[in-house]
Amino acid sequence: MANTPDYSWPPMETRQVMGQNIKRLDGPQKSAGRAKYTSDFTRKDLLFAAYQTSPYAHARVTKVDTTPAERMPGVKAVQVVSPAGTEVQWEGTEIVAVAAVTEEIATEAVGKIKVEYEVLPHLVREDDLTKAGTHVKAAGEKTVGDPEQAFQQAEVTSDGHYGIPVVTHCCLETHGQVIEWRGDHVNCWPSTQDVTRYAGTLAPNLKVPVANIDVRMDYVGGGFGSKFAPDSWGEVCARLSQKAGGAPVKLFLDRATEQLIAGNRPSAYAKIKLGGKKDGTITAWQSESWATGGVTGGGSPPLPYIIANIPNQRQNHSAVSVNCGPQRAWRAPNNQQASYLTCCAIEDFAAKAALDPLEVFKTNLNLYAPEARRATYAWQLDKAAELAEWKQLWKLRGQGSKGAVKRGLGIGFNAWAGMGHNSQCRAIIHADGSVEIEIGTQDLGTGTRTIITQVAAETFGLPVGAVGLTIGSNQLPPDSASGGSTTVGGVSASTRKASVNALAKLYEAAAPALGVEPAQLEARGGKIQVKGGGKSLTWAEACRKIGGGGSISETGANDSRNPGGLIAAGASGIQIADVSVDTETGVVKVNRYVAVQDCGLIINPRLAESQVYGAIIMGISTALFEQRVMDEQTGRMLNADMEFYKLAGISDIGDIVVHMDIRPENDKRGVIGLGEPPAIAICAAIGNAVANAIGVRVPRIPMTPDHVLDTLDGRAV
Amino acid sequence: MARITELEVNGTRRHLDADSDRTLLSVLRDDLSLTGVKYGCGEGQCAACTVLVDGAPAKSCLTKVGTVAGKRIVTIEGLAPAETLHPVQEAFLEADAMQCGWCTPGMILGAVALLASSPNPTDAEIATGLNGHICRCGTYPRIVRAIRLAAKRAAKKGVHA
Ligand code: FES
Ligand code: FES
Repeated sequence: MANTPDYSWPPMETRQVMGQNIKRLDGPQKSAGRAKYTSDFTRKDLLFAAYQTSPYAHARVTKVDTTPAERMPGVKAVQVVSPAGTEVQWEGTEIVAVAAVTEEIATEAVGKIKVEYEVLPHLVREDDLTKAGTHVKAAGEKTVGDPEQAFQQAEVTSDGHYGIPVVTHCCLETHGQVIEWRGDHVNCWPSTQDVTRYAGTLAPNLKVPVANIDVRMDYVGGGFGSKFAPDSWGEVCARLSQKAGGAPVKLFLDRATEQLIAGNRPSAYAKIKLGGKKDGTITAWQSESWATGGVTGGGSPPLPYIIANIPNQRQNHSAVSVNCGPQRAWRAPNNQQASYLTCCAIEDFAAKAALDPLEVFKTNLNLYAPEARRATYAWQLDKAAELAEWKQLWKLRGQGSKGAVKRGLGIGFNAWAGMGHNSQCRAIIHADGSVEIEIGTQDLGTGTRTIITQVAAETFGLPVGAVGLTIGSNQLPPDSASGGSTTVGGVSASTRKASVNALAKLYEAAAPALGVEPAQLEARGGKIQVKGGGKSLTWAEACRKIGGGGSISETGANDSRNPGGLIAAGASGIQIADVSVDTETGVVKVNRYVAVQDCGLIINPRLAESQVYGAIIMGISTALFEQRVMDEQTGRMLNADMEFYKLAGISDIGDIVVHMDIRPENDKRGVIGLGEPPAIAICAAIGNAVANAIGVRVPRIPMTPDHVLDTLDGRAV
Repeated sequence: MARITELEVNGTRRHLDADSDRTLLSVLRDDLSLTGVKYGCGEGQCAACTVLVDGAPAKSCLTKVGTVAGKRIVTIEGLAPAETLHPVQEAFLEADAMQCGWCTPGMILGAVALLASSPNPTDAEIATGLNGHICRCGTYPRIVRAIRLAAKRAAKKGVHA
């Protein structure tokens, strides 16, 4: 091509398909029950696998006797995962797996396997740091400025302690895969957030070349950061298949095992002291924080969150190692915790100074990082306050309602990078006018299929129905993991580039018939036409000029390190919770939840809003109900189920008001991912609203009746 | 052990050979390949496995297949003729009442049962009717909107959704 083609997005006012509320393209399949998820895989020769897992949090395996299972009719393969001598570090560790002709036989057979243990001492709770002993690893002190002096000179100081527990991902489709290992070829159907790299991660363990591993996935029932890798069960599943002579094996975790070992969000606890002036200016921060993400410790919330430029700071953080299943990325890793700890401390400071927290959040805008986002936060604070009727409804802490039911409002903020992952796309235009887009990506339910199709349709000047799309296979142009809110950036940029490149070739084919240079053509309204009106060909006529029944096939790539101007990093949002707390029962009810969120150029407003709703509801669920409950005595999780690990239902969420900040200056920045940012601030906003309502800080999330009542009665929480 | 050899599913008689103690969920999915029925928890806590038994919603993970012989079972696949959508499915699509889609079949069948008994439900009735249906992706406000939409359209046409 002579010049670098112009990939830039069409101006907002000329967009035909982008910016439209196109209905989710895979919606018909999903609502009809025809969408095939990996766990829906059926085939006559399919074998079912089940695990026996460790009931102990810390133990050494001393004996595994598989003979009772091997003798059972219907059993096709047995794979020991943790042989005698293995040190088990958490409950739920996989010991042995069995594949059999039915799920019932597999479960019965694996249950008959005799496993013996030498039980070792464990630690499974980290909320009380004084009991954690040698499991605590200090990260060292970090200071900025002169915190000592700043606290001495402070006109107002506030103290608080805060905690946010470990929660689990609890994807409704549990983790697992179907694998068929025949000879030197492996077919995988995983439930994954990363179709492209699945084979590359699995290959070294199987000692099979990546090129011989075929990966397919059409639909996935949730991931939220927990399904990036093949995991140990990928390899076990493959080995069971190999032992069973190459029959496909389905190995999915049951809900209890899923809760124990397939991912959780690290906790975070902190004692925080703030100092500042009577006018609300914050001058000093001191925090002692700790967290756990499992045996390896982990979890280090970036403190102070967003308001990072407080001039004087002292920070100490410790990682606690516990005998519990390991952490995984959880929809904006470390950010919920950081937002909760920071926003609670700011709200407590405002209450101490008898100031309106909205004003304190605004007074300190000059401390927010990055500087470029300050004006956006300022605008969003006002917008959210307006939508939440802050002026009319907010009262000084504890001075609201008179009766037993108290109403309160609270603020939380969020920040997220986004940008776009590496992605390659192929755009094919056939001489018969049909169009195909191919990308090795995945649609987690975020609407990726719809977005890609809208971008291609916009570029070609066609309706979405005229564009075919294939995703979900590692035989397609490589994409990357759907994580970090980078998918929409990656796929929209690669699709735009591939489509523009293909279109340039079509212009070359069509130009002679129109008697102009290719550069004078544009694709609009189903036509290839001379810019500014004049002669045109229909799309089908133009494609016939490709000639000879041929096709145009062009690629386009998004390079995460050099993304060009199509996409950007940096989303921000302000959220306000309006809650009622029944001080007799301790029940917290969300009346209204306001979210103001920017995310750059929006390709499909309805899908974008669905993402924000989803993030907020997940957040409300964690703020009000969710926590992993560990039993100190036995080392076991007491709620590894969905009965006592409670998730929010349809009647628990209140009225959610979403305002997408689509001012032109945001649109100009390009596409920014949205899966994570709106999920960050909910515990913060709800925690603050509860404190505002009842006059005291309930230090620990979730805001359950017992936490609320214990706080009101002066008992430790 | 007692066996079940015939079930009436989605308007057709299906032949099979299953231990009557097995769950309806596992028989529908593994023996009859009706995988629109989903496993979420296996203990009655998520309603992803909802099917209609003689028109009433039932959690198939808690239902022994032996108890539904001779009854009319409807799964999501049987709600509308092939390649078409039931008005409630249409409404879910229009309101974008789904993300990953795992909970969607159960939600839709729950909504169909709700609208059959209460054709013009209030938001409170929708919340009560569908409480117990868990959506991890957080589609609830969209689901309420979809059900209202389906109810409104049915009222206009003078039919049950
Ligand atoms: S699988 Fe039946 S209620 Fe969850
Ligand atoms: S759409 Fe994913 S669980 Fe409801």
